Amino acid sequence: MAISIEDVEHVARLARLKLTEEEKETYRRQLSDVLEHARKISEVDTSDVPPTSHTLPLRNVFREDSLRPSLSVKEATGSAAWAVEGAFKVPRII
Amino acid sequence: MKIIEKDALSIAGLIKGREISALEVTRVFLERIDKVEKKVKAYINVAAELALSRAKEVDMELADGVEAGVFGGVPIAVKDVLTTRGFPTTCGSKMLEGFVPVYDATVVERIGRAGTVMLGKANMDEFAMGSSTENSYFGPTMNPWDLERVPGGSSGGSAAAVAAGEAPWALGSDTGGSIRQPAALCGIVGLKPTYGLVSRYGLVAFASSLDQVGPMTRTVRDCAALLGVIAGYDPMDSTSIPGELPDYVGALTGEVKGLKAGVVRELSSEGIDTGVRERFGETVSLLEKLGVACEEVSLPSFAHGLSAYYIIAPAEASSNLARFDGVRYGYRAPGESEDVWEMYDRTRAEGFGGEVKRRIMLGTYALSAGYYDAYYAQAQKIRTLIVRDFGRAWDEYDVLVSPTSPSTAFKLGEKVDDPLTMYLSDICTIPVNLAGIPALSLPCGLSDGLPVGFQVMGPPLEEPKVLNVAYALEQAIGFDARPEL
Repeated sequence: MAISIEDVEHVARLARLKLTEEEKETYRRQLSDVLEHARKISEVDTSDVPPTSHTLPLRNVFREDSLRPSLSVKEATGSAAWAVEGAFKVPRII
Repeated sequence: MKIIEKDALSIAGLIKGREISALEVTRVFLERIDKVEKKVKAYINVAAELALSRAKEVDMELADGVEAGVFGGVPIAVKDVLTTRGFPTTCGSKMLEGFVPVYDATVVERIGRAGTVMLGKANMDEFAMGSSTENSYFGPTMNPWDLERVPGGSSGGSAAAVAAGEAPWALGSDTGGSIRQPAALCGIVGLKPTYGLVSRYGLVAFASSLDQVGPMTRTVRDCAALLGVIAGYDPMDSTSIPGELPDYVGALTGEVKGLKAGVVRELSSEGIDTGVRERFGETVSLLEKLGVACEEVSLPSFAHGLSAYYIIAPAEASSNLARFDGVRYGYRAPGESEDVWEMYDRTRAEGFGGEVKRRIMLGTYALSAGYYDAYYAQAQKIRTLIVRDFGRAWDEYDVLVSPTSPSTAFKLGEKVDDPLTMYLSDICTIPVNLAGIPALSLPCGLSDGLPVGFQVMGPPLEEPKVLNVAYALEQAIGFDARPEL
């Protein structure tokens, strides 16, 4: 399962990763290797098999929507690279 | 026997009996860290001051006649994947360098309440992605048995710390073998509990349907005791299992006669090194001598376990690691960015290391339009087949056994440039995570001077049985070799 440089660029765009030309080539080769190996699972007949997303017999877990102690705005924004007056600052969005 | 060679329960007994103070114990371990850390590099951050003041508190409580927790004054190492309030938590990544959490992981809170003294945060592969600890942004950890070899991973720092006498026990996390494989390569005991038994609150997420926190210890008894501290329902984790806990230490009777064990053919023959196969075979014979009926069993879906895992885990990781965007916490690329998108792209390119980017790319690819059904959906169906194969095995057997790792500790640099070969290190441990069952690795001897791990797997929530089988074996094996440092 060989993947192309264009595939790598598309995936990097989806994953929000800026890659160098060298990285693109390395990942193209390494991802092709791993996907080639993983491709073997397509040979297994799973037409009647349901998927498993997790292994617990739990369904939705609910609790009362009541007030509980939580972090202050100062604590919640204190780890940000750039926070002003209790808000996170980012570069231009639009 | 020196303090640094003792198991955690013995140290707890000495402190309780006032034969030694918590402060003295902490000092002994900090001195040991000072002495060997240059060679081993098991810790990312040592919490020396914090540990000394905590130990003094414990001593004061003891002097006042207050119960200082079940394990009052016993030091512990914590994998740097668990948040510690007020103390740096890096996850082995530049992305979280200098990050100081505002809350404790539930397990960190629980070991604190039990009176343990955290010595520091242990090294790990970045975001727990790796099998050698070479993917840490802060540099690799060395195997105490041979400093030119890896300690395994991703909980390699925790395993090396315990093996080197830099902590009597430690916490690790296991997504595809990250507790058991380093435990095997460093000659200690490591348990991955049933999915949902131990809270994931405050565990930095890698693959949420597979991640579990667990104990890494010198002895099976310590392992049972530490599990008893960290296990149990937590309302902060929506995948936490409600219900009463069994007495894990009390389950260690050593009586295993009449049990049946299946030797998993797919995990114990092809691709397993000769030395590992030999020690494994001898241990199965020992198990038979203890009165456990052992026979080979074939679980055919396991042949696809590795492939399914390396689709599912990266897929979940690509989603989980989307949170690292330079906005709320962690690294942000310095300098002006044209817009927020460029800031994201640059922050993630500079903040993540090679393996993390590789897995994000792999997972994003497997989830992307046109490939979802062929990869992700198919891998989830393979996961069902693995769950079913285990289910059928439990109708016949009490436990399943296999080697923990196909090889002993490999050389630093040997596999780091070849992801697929590195991924094959996890072949014996992965089916357990996909099925959410408990499994333990126990040292069963040496091959060319390096430890070999023996894996015991059990049905969901049957930790008492898994621990007891391991306990019986541990007594029969009498593994007492130690690395010389």
